[in-house]
Amino acid sequence: MEILIKNGYVYDPINKIDGEKMDIAVKDGKIVESVGSNAKVIDASNMLVMPGGVDIHSHIAGSKVNSGRILRPEDHYKDVEPRTTVTRSGVGYTVPSSYTIGYRYAKLGYTTVIEAASPPLKTRHTHEELNDIPLIDKTCYLVLDNNWIVLDYLSQGEIDKCAAFIAWILKALKGYAIKIVNPGGVELWGWGRNVESLDDQVPPFNITPREIVRGLCKINKILNLPHTIHLHTNNLGKPGNYRTTIETMDAVKDLADGKPNIHVTHVQFCGYGGDTWITLRSGAPEIAKYVNNHPHVTIDLGQVVFGEATTMTGDGPFQFILQSLTGNKWKNADVEAEGSAGIVPYKFKRKNFVNAIQWTIGLELALLIKDPWRVFLTTDHPNAGPFTEYPRVIAWLMSTKAREKTMERINKRAKKRSVLPSVDREYTFYEIAIITRAATAKALNLTNKGHLGVGADADIAIYNINPMEVNPSKEYKKVRKALRRAAYTIKGGEIIVKDGEIVKSFVGETFWVKPTMPEELEKEILREVAEKFKEYYTVSLENYIIGEHELARSRSITVNTSL
Amino acid sequence: MGEIILKPKVAFKVPIIAETITPDNFAGKSIKEIEDLEAWEGNRKTTLGELFEITGAPGETPKDTKIIIEGDVKKVKKIGCKMTDGEIIIKGSVGMYLGEEMKGGKITVEGDADSWIGTRMKGGQIEVKGNAGDYIGAPYRGDTKGMKKGTIIIHGNAGNEVGCWMRGGTIIVKGNTGLFPGIHMKKGTILIEGDCAGRCGAMMKGGKIAVLGYVPSILPSFTFEEIKKSFKIKGEKIKGPFYVFTGDLNENGAGRLHVSVEKNKHLQFYEKFLE
Repeated sequence: MEILIKNGYVYDPINKIDGEKMDIAVKDGKIVESVGSNAKVIDASNMLVMPGGVDIHSHIAGSKVNSGRILRPEDHYKDVEPRTTVTRSGVGYTVPSSYTIGYRYAKLGYTTVIEAASPPLKTRHTHEELNDIPLIDKTCYLVLDNNWIVLDYLSQGEIDKCAAFIAWILKALKGYAIKIVNPGGVELWGWGRNVESLDDQVPPFNITPREIVRGLCKINKILNLPHTIHLHTNNLGKPGNYRTTIETMDAVKDLADGKPNIHVTHVQFCGYGGDTWITLRSGAPEIAKYVNNHPHVTIDLGQVVFGEATTMTGDGPFQFILQSLTGNKWKNADVEAEGSAGIVPYKFKRKNFVNAIQWTIGLELALLIKDPWRVFLTTDHPNAGPFTEYPRVIAWLMSTKAREKTMERINKRAKKRSVLPSVDREYTFYEIAIITRAATAKALNLTNKGHLGVGADADIAIYNINPMEVNPSKEYKKVRKALRRAAYTIKGGEIIVKDGEIVKSFVGETFWVKPTMPEELEKEILREVAEKFKEYYTVSLENYIIGEHELARSRSITVNTSL
Repeated sequence: MGEIILKPKVAFKVPIIAETITPDNFAGKSIKEIEDLEAWEGNRKTTLGELFEITGAPGETPKDTKIIIEGDVKKVKKIGCKMTDGEIIIKGSVGMYLGEEMKGGKITVEGDADSWIGTRMKGGQIEVKGNAGDYIGAPYRGDTKGMKKGTIIIHGNAGNEVGCWMRGGTIIVKGNTGLFPGIHMKKGTILIEGDCAGRCGAMMKGGKIAVLGYVPSILPSFTFEEIKKSFKIKGEKIKGPFYVFTGDLNENGAGRLHVSVEKNKHLQFYEKFLE
């Protein structure tokens, strides 16, 4: 099928196109120079054209997402979507049904989404659910930092063997990158404890969080993986934890070679200053200062949007603290030899001092970090709010007026403690395109995504708003409204959304990395893993490996390692 | 006052969701407009006109609109949803979620009512002449915000978990109740004039429960406080005497549970704690 998108205002930061009026031609799922006269023409005059969105961190599939659905029946009944001729029915607000997740992302103009944490043992479940998320392309990060086999190798200093093991596990379980969740702390949570600093010992393995992070960062480099290590810090959700965050970033500074080598995720949750909940303040200025001066770090926001949320992380001890604070219902799980998980429903309230501070931290980070290529928009869906609220966050970033309007309604003490009122930076459409698409695609090294150059995948979002006429600073409501419902979303060369409604549905691709490895080494590692498996796991190794046929549409990315 | 009468055209076989049957939706409308209001019959969208024979004339405002349902509407859910004023009289039995989130007005049921009546209720009054099902005044499953204000009176018996997660208001059951009345309750009053099947006030944090009939036992997480002569509900004194317990201590709760002394001779051993 051929499509010609005519006269749209195109924002394509990777190709340095800033609001230029131009045509985009699509043929066979790719962007091409030109198409024939029979092509379907989309009149995009006075509309905003961007590459399809790329969400770097979102919890959309896996056992903990599904547990969240079961834990929260009250989350579903107010938000019901009936079946249409194209789409299936579904429910959900913070944790929508699998199908609904795909539809809602497509309506926002997002076409690639990454499931942010999948413990290896639960990855089969993750892929089963990813198969049922239509339209978008997706993949998952594997949580590897509290894996006993990884910890065994790291504590013995066998970096190369550990790298080979990780290469094998990424290939065997069809993952994309190394996710680190509270390194060491989650393992200690199995013993009812947690770590408090980067240099605490994790007794069963005699290793420190610093050694785990550095080890995995080195391995990431050996394996030449497309994404950096994706890190959820220690001490998450504790006042004063911005120091830990900066220390963690600093721990891998010497391993960098000019490119980013660590991605710290949902920094809002680990950017708290002060010592107690009463003296809580934002640690965003300090973190922003560090990130501005150190090009080896990328971050995403985890921006709070007020309202219902469901916190779900692999960080078991943090969820326990949250449960004790709120008294809400709580789910806690242990994944044998690999990690833990917890789920607690939460409501972010404007008038709550802590919640209001949390809201300011996310925005301060986005506004104080000068380079938009290293700070990405997320709400850590559904931890700080559902992804459907991204347009609200964009409106706050683009308009001081929108921020002031919300600040009038938040807790007064929190407002007084924030530097946000003094920040007058406003994002442009170009910068918004960077933080939602271009920079995330670049950070994930998805070379065919996040841009509209010839040869890129034809993933395109068209919004019914004229960026030349609308002043987002004043008319932020118009921006918000337009971004909520894409006029068109094109995925792989097919029109999937028209005027905010799904018009076509199919399954997107699942990416995974296939690191190359010498055969000898692979055999040796497999032999060692098989032995450890007998000792550590209740499942057999044969049942652990996920076949390529289990993925609905598999696309492997071969990476050349230096193993 | 405008009166409007709804008569089911046939005996309903599949569940019907008719949240449009409220004085707020009917007020100031013609019969034709009311007939066109939406309803769901199973998985099929339909209209009130398809389901009911509608006669009479509604008032100008919800306040002077009275809806009378003549016949059995056991299969019809969500009647009186979010109503703010006016009156609904059901001359028969009614289905689930009667008066969901209602804010004012009055609903009278002359037959029985099903479960979840007055769910997340915020005001007004529901009176059931017959029996009622489970979860009276409770929130939706998984939610923690139950009935906030208003009154529910059941003349017959009620099922399990009366006043679950209740945050205020009054529930009076003239007959017996099932297990767990006042579970998770935070505030408000529950009066049970008959017997209770047990486990009163489990996990309650506040509020008051009084049982005038027989209670098999008191949960071990309640402490015995005193013997009181009377119990006050809506300014009215109810004569006792009552054993008074505080709990649920598992939840650091300070709810008050009153149990009739006269009907519960087997609880006499508590009296020795008074000395």
